[in-house]
Amino acid sequence: MKRYDAIVIGAGHNGLTNAAYLAKAGLDVLVVEKNDYIGGAAVSRELYEGWTYSNCSYVCSMMRQALHRDLDLSRHGLMLIPYLGTVNFDDHGNALVSYHSDEAAYNELKRHSRHDADAMFRIQADLTRYAQVIRKTLLRTPPDPARLRIRDIRELLFLAKQFWSLGEKEIYEYVRFFTLSAADFLEEYFETDLIKASMASSGIIGTALGVYSPGSSYILLHHVMGDVDGNIGAWGLARGGMGAISKALHSALMSFGGEVRTDAEVQRILVKGRRATGVALTSGEEVQARIVVSNLDAKRTFTKIMDKDDLPPGIFDKAKNFKFHGSSGKVNIALDGLPRFNNVPDNPYINRGSQVYPGSMETLERAYDCWKRGRWSDVPFVESIMPSAWDPTVAPPGKHWMSNFIQYCPPELSDGPWTPEKRDQFGQTVVNRIESMSPGFKDLILHMEVRTPHELEQEVGLTEGNIFQGELTIDQLLFNRPFPGYAQYRMPIKNMYMCGSSTHPGGGVSSACGANAAREILIDLKKPATVPEDDCYDE
Amino acid sequence: MIPPSFELSDYDTIIIGAGHNGLVCAGYLAKAGRRVLVLEASEACGGLAAEYEFHEGFRASVAHHTGHMPQSIIRDLDLVTHGLCANQASPDLIWLGEDSARIRLSDKALSGVSEDEQSNFRRYSRLMNGFAKMLAPFWLKTVPPIGNNTLSEVLAFAQLGLKMRLLGKDDMRELLRMVTLPIYDLMDEFFSHPGLKAMLSWDALIGSRQAPRTPNNSVLQLLYRMAGDTSKSFQVASLISSLTRSAQGRGVEIRTGAPVARIQVEASESGLRVAGVRLESGESIMASRVVSSADPKTTFLQLIGAEFLEIEFTNRIRRIRDRGFVSKLHLALSDLPSFRSLDSPDGRLILTPDLETIEWAYDDAKYGDVPRKPVLEVALPSLHNPNLAPDGQHLLSANIMYTPHRQRDGWTESAKSTLAANTLGVLERYAPGIRELIIGEELLTPADLESRFGLSGGHWHHGDFALDQLIMMRPTYGAAQYATPIPGLYLCGAGSHPGGDLTGIPGHNAAKEILS
Repeated sequence: MKRYDAIVIGAGHNGLTNAAYLAKAGLDVLVVEKNDYIGGAAVSRELYEGWTYSNCSYVCSMMRQALHRDLDLSRHGLMLIPYLGTVNFDDHGNALVSYHSDEAAYNELKRHSRHDADAMFRIQADLTRYAQVIRKTLLRTPPDPARLRIRDIRELLFLAKQFWSLGEKEIYEYVRFFTLSAADFLEEYFETDLIKASMASSGIIGTALGVYSPGSSYILLHHVMGDVDGNIGAWGLARGGMGAISKALHSALMSFGGEVRTDAEVQRILVKGRRATGVALTSGEEVQARIVVSNLDAKRTFTKIMDKDDLPPGIFDKAKNFKFHGSSGKVNIALDGLPRFNNVPDNPYINRGSQVYPGSMETLERAYDCWKRGRWSDVPFVESIMPSAWDPTVAPPGKHWMSNFIQYCPPELSDGPWTPEKRDQFGQTVVNRIESMSPGFKDLILHMEVRTPHELEQEVGLTEGNIFQGELTIDQLLFNRPFPGYAQYRMPIKNMYMCGSSTHPGGGVSSACGANAAREILIDLKKPATVPEDDCYDE
Repeated sequence: MIPPSFELSDYDTIIIGAGHNGLVCAGYLAKAGRRVLVLEASEACGGLAAEYEFHEGFRASVAHHTGHMPQSIIRDLDLVTHGLCANQASPDLIWLGEDSARIRLSDKALSGVSEDEQSNFRRYSRLMNGFAKMLAPFWLKTVPPIGNNTLSEVLAFAQLGLKMRLLGKDDMRELLRMVTLPIYDLMDEFFSHPGLKAMLSWDALIGSRQAPRTPNNSVLQLLYRMAGDTSKSFQVASLISSLTRSAQGRGVEIRTGAPVARIQVEASESGLRVAGVRLESGESIMASRVVSSADPKTTFLQLIGAEFLEIEFTNRIRRIRDRGFVSKLHLALSDLPSFRSLDSPDGRLILTPDLETIEWAYDDAKYGDVPRKPVLEVALPSLHNPNLAPDGQHLLSANIMYTPHRQRDGWTESAKSTLAANTLGVLERYAPGIRELIIGEELLTPADLESRFGLSGGHWHHGDFALDQLIMMRPTYGAAQYATPIPGLYLCGAGSHPGGDLTGIPGHNAAKEILS
């Protein structure tokens, strides 16, 4: 029977990246995927004839450019399209438009407040600065501060140096920024509620924190951390949907001689004498390998496809305590035409960009209160975007597909489990929210797919539907992700690794987790390093 | 040049505020031979710990129990010989269910829960006590600023790292993970009894703007409160009187009813420096050193004035988060109330069914509303100190969480009476019939605390206990080592490292810093 060098469980974008780098180093790699399609949460699926839905992740900006170049993803068919123009609506129907041109953007802000228009320059500069330190850690393995081997000390010194070199004053500003709530942080810059709310909304995406919760300001960085073709802070779409990323990674993997099997769900990781030896599939087949890499989240890996008895004591509890708190929903809509919005100038750029419904700071926070109580808000935070306005391949001519991201949606409802009826009610809430700004929107709807955390868990395999494979709070970041002592991608069982977003640096379609894990595996196997260093962002 | 309004003074140090931290600082400075004058705005010493008559025959203080005051301070200032009066033991923490359930935590022994929870608690306290013990010495130290450090300062940080490492690999890792956990998640990891979770969370939450699900800040606050000797507690009034006597015995002069209007700043050859203070009465008193136990906002924005400060520093002072979230209720009772299922209500009674109820109370307050179902910590200090109430009658003192500092429409009479009614509604559920015993009451909202005690934001701790306002960042960088940008001016209040509660540590640390 064939014995592979490595088996990667799950063909999400991190699993594929990981497999690609292992194959590139000459290993014989097999990726097994439970669904009949690859991509995990980065997929393009035709769920309604003529329409291609990116029905989980929908925009791309976190992808490490160094990996994109190194794997030559463009040659493998990946094309990123930057998109422009965002409209934020408050509870009273007022709109705040983000223009691409600096002057137009300033004038629009000035319409709301002169003070805030000036403050926007300062906050953008500050956020970009704060993001620099984080960016440098993305493609590095976190140190273990309790262990302190030479490499740990080197990494720890690297972190300390980044920090120390900021200088006394800046260090305090950093500590503040990373521990503050988005509301407190924005309060220092802005006076207009709508401007605060539209900024704050990026501090809660995917996270079970409110805009008033300490720690949410750090997530604001997602706004400025990414880049599209080196254009820092830009957001982009993948032509052909997010599945194009998975497809390109798959194609890269194939070019290195890797193998992928779909419809192959892993039932159990085989362990002999505290060593992983392969996997058993639900079909009964057993596949042997020298190492096993799991792209599943930490909880699924240790509590679902491993035997508690195979694990050293304590690990099972750690996996159980790893926090998910799924909090996001997704509604994908096929539209008969381009919707129009109240109070928005008739400008093709704006109408093709995204529409965001933060409401107000209080509306955002009250939506979080609902989540805490196991409900969804009647006026949830919605971010709509119409990729079809930029990418003609995802909908028929003249028609559109709209992706709606909703914060918050609870994984468990206080009045019992999710049912199809409740799911549809949730979808209706979202449609009503859009209809309030776009009269006649309902009549354009041809097809709708509603995904609550329940569906995300059932179909994609994300525990509690958490889009980041685990909360991005300080206690679960860097050397604490997924658990203290196991943040270097090696798991408590020999020959077993993790490469999903449950590991550093966490969620987002960045490929960084998969690449970092590959680097560690290749060190252990004494193979040549194939994972590139990250770009240097110092000017 | 001496301005004409100044008279030559007998003091080299003036301390503003005779709260417990001001008094501790005065005691240490006098012990080292300094000539110290303490100026107190109100008629009595003690600040939030001052006892006053709120209803005929009934006396109370806002701070109703002493914190974890270090033994070293008690010893150094000879507080016991000056009349510090210890209670029998630290008050038990008691959780009451709305039925007859109850949980009691007395000096490390837990009763009223299952054997499973007992063993969870042993695991929990071993870990947490280890962390608290490891951190304890650092609360009593001036922590150097980060960046541009001297070798000895770097060593101080290395020492912290080493101490952490000495916890053992696993515990160190757990510390680094747990320290920023919301208390809700920490409790979830150890316990399943909702009442036990709520009771053990209490000290992690009270005082600052944080609820069970709030990350980053609460575990550190809990560890701070677990530090030092927590097995003893003292009568609040005797703490203040013994501090006063101890200071006076060493030659400290204390003037009450002497509110300070401004700290005088003069130009010297080396720039601005402190010259003394001017009282509201118009009198000026000179001293080369002024130590303020007032909160940082009051000290810098009112007493010094922004005109003497760099704008960046002023902005940092302005953004200190110091809106109080706790109100205080004093009840004069004609008899001992009977709490369901409790023989004697002796201890700190935690009145909330679970963590969710605490969270919901916070959710009301964060928008500026009166909590519909407040959560309470109740004590009857008159059980131990008969001076507080006439014979056979009792004082009930309750901390109410959470109440906004700025009520949505301002703290109108109707808002206050809603709060009082909601609070009594909760009390009545646990102690049926208590309403009939009430012969007098006083409700102090954060806004009341602000105006009565000159406490910016009405915040017990002069500023939230939050990661960015702690240690070398308390109250803010540039003033976190007790010295301030104005030479000769020092801070010694709860707004400084390590923070609030009746511990005297900020006063102690400030004195050490001034003397070095």
